[in-house]
Amino acid sequence: MDRIPILRLGPVLIVSVQGDLADAVAVALRHDVGEAVSSGGITGVVLDVSGVAIVDSYLGRVLTEIAADCSLLGASTVVAGLKPAVAITLVEMGLRLDGARTARSLEAAMAMLGTSVAPVPFATPFASAEGGP
Amino acid sequence: MSIGTARAALPVRSDVDLMAVREAARGAAAEAGFSLVNQTKLVTAVSELARNAVVHGGGGEVLVEPVQGTLRGVRLVVSDHGPGIADIEQALTDGHTTGQGLGLGLGGARRLVDEFGIESVPGAGTTVTITMWAAPSRSGSRAPGLPPIRPRMSFRP
Amino acid sequence: MSSEQATAKVAETLAARQDEIVRGWADLPLFTTVYGGQHDESMAEAGRLLDALVELAGSGRTDDFRAPGFAAVREVLTRITSERLRSGGDLQQVLDEIGQLRQPVTAIFDGHPGAVTVPAELVAVTELIGSLRVVAVVVLLGESDEVVARQRMELMEISTPVIRLWEGIVAVPLIGTLDSVRSQVVMESLLSGIVDEQAAVAILDITGVPMVDTLVAQHLMKTAMAVQLMGAECVISGIRPQIAQTIVHLGIDLREITTRATLSDALKYGLARTGVALGAGG
Repeated sequence: MDRIPILRLGPVLIVSVQGDLADAVAVALRHDVGEAVSSGGITGVVLDVSGVAIVDSYLGRVLTEIAADCSLLGASTVVAGLKPAVAITLVEMGLRLDGARTARSLEAAMAMLGTSVAPVPFATPFASAEGGP
Repeated sequence: MSIGTARAALPVRSDVDLMAVREAARGAAAEAGFSLVNQTKLVTAVSELARNAVVHGGGGEVLVEPVQGTLRGVRLVVSDHGPGIADIEQALTDGHTTGQGLGLGLGGARRLVDEFGIESVPGAGTTVTITMWAAPSRSGSRAPGLPPIRPRMSFRP
Repeated sequence: MSSEQATAKVAETLAARQDEIVRGWADLPLFTTVYGGQHDESMAEAGRLLDALVELAGSGRTDDFRAPGFAAVREVLTRITSERLRSGGDLQQVLDEIGQLRQPVTAIFDGHPGAVTVPAELVAVTELIGSLRVVAVVVLLGESDEVVARQRMELMEISTPVIRLWEGIVAVPLIGTLDSVRSQVVMESLLSGIVDEQAAVAILDITGVPMVDTLVAQHLMKTAMAVQLMGAECVISGIRPQIAQTIVHLGIDLREITTRATLSDALKYGLARTGVALGAGG
C-alpha cells in the first residue's frame, strides 16, 4: 500500500498530501504522523493539501484527528494550501477542520510555526516512515 | 429530458472502489462543463454516498450518467442492498451518525447538489439519486433580491 | 376524413406546392425582418421551414412536442426568433408574423381544383401553424431564461470585484442584496483573490448591503469560514448601526468573525495583522 512520505525539518514535520487518497492511506498517515511526533522533538506538523482535489467528511475527519493527536503530543498542526473549491465544498457541507490551524501555503505555514523553508540544504526523510523517500 | 449515453454501473465494495467512483464523477462533471467548484461539490457528494453504501449497505453500485434537460447535467445513482434506513429524516439530520465519519454524510451530500432523492426500504436497501446542472445559477436558488434584468422582449398573453 | 388523414393530405399538398408557398412566405415580415433585402436567403430559410413543416405533418404527431418532427421546426424557428430577440423584437410581434404564414397556405387549399373548402385540411393547417407558434414561445422563453441567467451572472461578477488594498490584503465591497447565488459568486471570487494575491486578510465590506437577516448572516459566516479554511483571516466591515441592531436582535452570533465599523478600520486592522507599521496619525 502507498504511504505518504513524511519529511522532518528541524522541529517540524512536513507532509505533502497529493492526489486522491484511499481511506486506508489516510488512516496509515494518521498512524505514521502519530508515531513520528511521539518520537519527540516535534513542535509543529504541516499538512500540505495543495495537491488534494477533494476532501470529503472522511478525509476531513482524519485531518482533524491528526490535529487532535498532535495536540495531545504537544505539536501544533497547520493545514496548508487548501484549494478554494475544496474550502467552499467543506463549508457548504458544514464541515470544519477543528483543532487545526490553516495557512495559505507551505511557506506561510512554516512562517507560522517559526521555521523557514528555504535555507535548509538537506531535508532529512523521517526514518521510521515505511516507504518514505 | 433525454438521457445521454448511460455508462456502466461501477461496483463499490471497498474504499478503493470509491476512488474509481470519484474519478468517473469528476470526468462526467468536466465533460458536462461544470465549474471547478461544482465538479468538486459533485465528486465530494458522491464520495459521501458511495462510502455510505460501502459502510452501511455492505457494498453497492454507482451509476454515472450525463443528462440533458434545458441545461447539461450529471446524474448519479448510488444504490445498495443493505439494511436500508428506517428513519430517513433522522439520517439526513446533521450530527446523526452510526459511528463513521462526522455524521454529515447524507445531509452534507444533499447540500452540495441541485437535486437529491432518496428511497429506502428497510431490509432491501437504499438508493440515492443526485443531479447537478451545469448552470450559471444553481437551480432552486434563484436570486429574488437582484434587480430584474429585462431582456428585450415583452410577453402579452 | 380523420384528422390524421387530413394532416397527411396537408403534408402532401404542402410538398407539392412548395415553390408557391415558399415564394409567398419569403415576402412576409417573419423572414424579411431577419434577412433584410437578401431575398435568396429569405427564400432559403422559408424553404427550410416548409420542409420541416412537411416532415412534421408527415409524421402525424403535430401535437406531441417531443416528436422527432419538431426538431427541424425548432431549429429554424430558434434561428429566426433568437435573431429577432437580439434585434429587439417582441414576442407578440413574432407570434403575429408566424400567424401570417397561414394565409399563403390556406389560399392554396381554398383554390384547390375541384375542392370547395375542405374543413378538415384547413383545421390541420391551422393546427400546424399553431404548433409553430407554440415552438416559438418555447424558444423565446428558453432564450430569455438564458439571457437572464447570463446577464445575472455577468452582473454579479462585475458587482463583486476583488480589490487588492495592500500587499496581503484584499477586499470585496458588497453592494446589493446577498442571496445564495450571489454569495457563491462572492465566495469564489474572494477565495481566488486570496490565492492570486497570497492574501493574509480578506475584507468583506457590507456598507452597500441594504439588509442583513439570518440568511444573509449565514452567507457571511460561510464566506468567513471558507476564507479561514484557506488560511486567511476574514474581516467584515461596514456594519451600519441599524444592521448591528438587527444582528443583535436576531441573536446572530458573529463573534467568531472579526468585525469593524468601516472599511478603513478594517484596513488598519489588516495592516496591523500583516505587520505593517502605521505612521503617526495612522
